[in-house]
Amino acid sequence: MNHRIPVVEIRNLTKIYRSGEEEDKTALADVSLDIDAGDIFGVIGLSGAGKSTLVRCINGLEGYDSGSVKVRGREVQDLTPADLRSLRQRTGMIFQHFNLMPSRTVAGNVELPLLEGSVWKHQRAARVAELLELVGLSDLADHYPAELSGGQQQRVAIARALANEPDILLSDEATSALDPNTTKSILQLLRDLHDSLGITVVLITHEMSVIRQICNKIAVIDHGTIVEQGKVFDVFADPQAQLTKSFIATTSNLDKITDLLAQDSPLVALEPGQVILRMSYVSKEVSEALVSYISRAFDLDVNIIFGDIDVVDGSPLGGLVVKIAGTDDHIKGALEYLKSRNIGIEILKS
Amino acid sequence: MTSLLNAWFPNVMSRLPEFFNSLVQTLVMVGVSGVISFFLSLIIGVGLIVTRRNGIRRNGVVFNILDKLIDLFRSIPFIILAAALVPVTRLLMGTAIGPKGAIFPLVVGITPFFSRQIESALAGLDPGYIEAAESMGMSTWQIIWHVYLREGIPAIIRVTTITIVSLVGETATVGIVGGGGLGDFAIRLGYQRYMYDVTIATIIVLVIFIALIELFGRLLAEVIEH
Repeated sequence: MNHRIPVVEIRNLTKIYRSGEEEDKTALADVSLDIDAGDIFGVIGLSGAGKSTLVRCINGLEGYDSGSVKVRGREVQDLTPADLRSLRQRTGMIFQHFNLMPSRTVAGNVELPLLEGSVWKHQRAARVAELLELVGLSDLADHYPAELSGGQQQRVAIARALANEPDILLSDEATSALDPNTTKSILQLLRDLHDSLGITVVLITHEMSVIRQICNKIAVIDHGTIVEQGKVFDVFADPQAQLTKSFIATTSNLDKITDLLAQDSPLVALEPGQVILRMSYVSKEVSEALVSYISRAFDLDVNIIFGDIDVVDGSPLGGLVVKIAGTDDHIKGALEYLKSRNIGIEILKS
Repeated sequence: MTSLLNAWFPNVMSRLPEFFNSLVQTLVMVGVSGVISFFLSLIIGVGLIVTRRNGIRRNGVVFNILDKLIDLFRSIPFIILAAALVPVTRLLMGTAIGPKGAIFPLVVGITPFFSRQIESALAGLDPGYIEAAESMGMSTWQIIWHVYLREGIPAIIRVTTITIVSLVGETATVGIVGGGGLGDFAIRLGYQRYMYDVTIATIIVLVIFIALIELFGRLLAEVIEH
């Protein structure tokens, strides 16, 4: 496949739910996006925003009214039933509630997508063992889903989704029913699989922290419309849409300072010659020891009140809230220096 | 023991072979019509599930035909249906009386009910299972076989138990129109000839029979469910 053609190419996609009695509901309106091979593409939105519908248009679980969805260069809606099934075999999908078959063991669930076709039973068993190894569940092969934790069930579902060696994995709120630690380990697994198998991941979530942890691209969807899309780092560093900003605020504790300032907390009480400052890391080039540098070079005392810096798509992103004490000239000099290093500066209290 | 039974159920004890024969006839009628109806109802129930509005092979025409036929047959009281079917029964089975003549009307009478039961058992499956199966690229037949019928087994067992209990009731009803079995025995002797002990003995046997079916169904469903 020509690598310049996106794996998933969506153009002006519109989907309307029609029902006789109620008013028509527009689920997707004029959605366009490209997902390239090797992307971990995050789609974020509030519930009911249309993100689940969007991902289901990619594997043909939902039809659409107008526009185009091309997967590996072929229009999904025009596929014959047989071709649609082969598209789905090459496009794994995992779900919020795992959707494992309760009557089958772990191995039986993973074997399910392999039942079709000419694969012999012993070959299937070998493939199942391989897949369970991949998700780290080899010793649970004979257990039933009800005996597993949520995280383990999702691992089984991931193994099942990978059975036919897909090059796309659709993840529909796959971590939304899991606790934070399990979420982390499942996301880590997805990332590892992406790195080792080169699989393209399309991930739907309502949690910005999920996007921040593993995605390289993001689309923000609101009421069926994409309000913002781009590289994750760029969107986090400089969000445009109000919805994006509010999602980002949920991932950072830097906004707590606003509450503290409003409450006049003793933590933010100032003596003469002190200022409270927010430093934001919005450029990919930040790698120096900025705090200790300004402390030494401008003879300042720098007291970090809050810090929230994360590595997003390989670069540090986030910021610090600091209390700086020193002479006015020195503080001014430090601010100039920080600005020259592409650090966002905001004086919160002086 | 025997003397006690003789004292309490004189008319039954004096007709023991006939009583056992009636019991066997009832078991045969329930068994044969139940098995035939089970397979028909699976086909119809699955047909309804896959062709319904959100089904994996949505088909309004097929769905509506099946749906309306079921409603039509279910709206006819069974005793009237059995009477109306007599000419067809005679044509198909060669006779309209006895257990042999009862099987056809029983199948026609119970299948609409059974189909609805199967439909609701399958409709109760988590739609997520079906969606997962579709997302794997499974065909309609594979989804029916590997998902609906397999994951539906516990629920199918439960509705089958319910249906067998209804079917036992219907076998008693066909007794009235010449079907034989315990129903016929109880009506002919217990009701028409005022042998009250016959009626009571029949009730006791049927209650035990139904309790056994329900116990068996429950145990089976429990063993199968994980």
